[in-house]
Amino acid sequence: MKKLSIPLTATILLLIIAPVYTFGMHIMEGFLPFEWVIIWSILFIPFFMLGLKDLKKIFARDPRQKILIALVTAFVFVLSALKLPSATGSSSHPTGVGLGAILFGPKIMAVIGTIVLLFQALLLAHGGLTTLGANAFSMAVVGPFVSYTVFRFMRKGNVNKGLCVFAAASLGDIATYIVTSLQLALAFPDPVGGVTASAVKFLSVFLLTQIPIAAAEGILTNIVYDLIQKNNPEGEEAYEIKGYK
Amino acid sequence: MKLKGINKNLVLVLLLVVLVAVPFVINKNAAFEGSDGGAETMIQSINPEYKPWIGYLFEPPSGEIETLLFSLQAALGTGVICYYLGYTKGKKKYADH
Repeated sequence: MKKLSIPLTATILLLIIAPVYTFGMHIMEGFLPFEWVIIWSILFIPFFMLGLKDLKKIFARDPRQKILIALVTAFVFVLSALKLPSATGSSSHPTGVGLGAILFGPKIMAVIGTIVLLFQALLLAHGGLTTLGANAFSMAVVGPFVSYTVFRFMRKGNVNKGLCVFAAASLGDIATYIVTSLQLALAFPDPVGGVTASAVKFLSVFLLTQIPIAAAEGILTNIVYDLIQKNNPEGEEAYEIKGYK
Repeated sequence: MKLKGINKNLVLVLLLVVLVAVPFVINKNAAFEGSDGGAETMIQSINPEYKPWIGYLFEPPSGEIETLLFSLQAALGTGVICYYLGYTKGKKKYADH
């Protein structure tokens, strides 16, 4: 306990002394050692290629879907810009990738998420180019896959659709931040407790803050999903993912 | 849905407002800074020798400019979303007649 209290006090002191100058929850430029930059980039690239292939397939089958793809991208843009206060006293933002994953399947989100991350890394000093692979892996791959799986699984169990959308979006959001914490823990293992102790520390920073934000993301996704379906000229069920596997 | 007669989305929006407002009530004196700043201090406490090996190519020169870019991001996105919703709503209305 004694060993733990020293870094803890140090953190609290640092939090008071050092002004925190950037917002945002992605791993910042330069804050991932070089070997991890390479590892996460290599892991991410195949998903990006699969996403491109999927997008091409969707466009070839039905060019009218382009506008809905634009909406899905716009949704990620808006939610990434919404920095919401959390009960823990710090702020974080939702990811917005759940909506697209539910509508079109998770793969295309690897491409769409990367576009948004790139925009923020280049213009907003948020996230980073060297950390793009790692950030995209958490937000544009794991998040959407979790959302998609949760949605499919719950739909099969005949759960109320609104609840499915809510759970899918929120759990996808939380999964993203768990992965971010693990990525940081792997890169910065604790000198005493190793990766596990480090993971607990990073999770304590991200996860608690993220829970109310994830709930907000679930609600927002629910509203937009509902509006899309209500106004869909081809009938309510037309956008249930069937062919887009 | 159980909420017949009440606009479900309106209820959800109200819920969202409450969710965003609650932190200010229960945590009055908090700074509400970004949680990645927390991660940064955490990295420094775990590995004090670690220095970021690369910086940003471009950083918004001030908080105002950063806010401008963030608002632009949100505004453009909202524009696209509302375009789609308006477009499909009109299309549906036309098809129903």
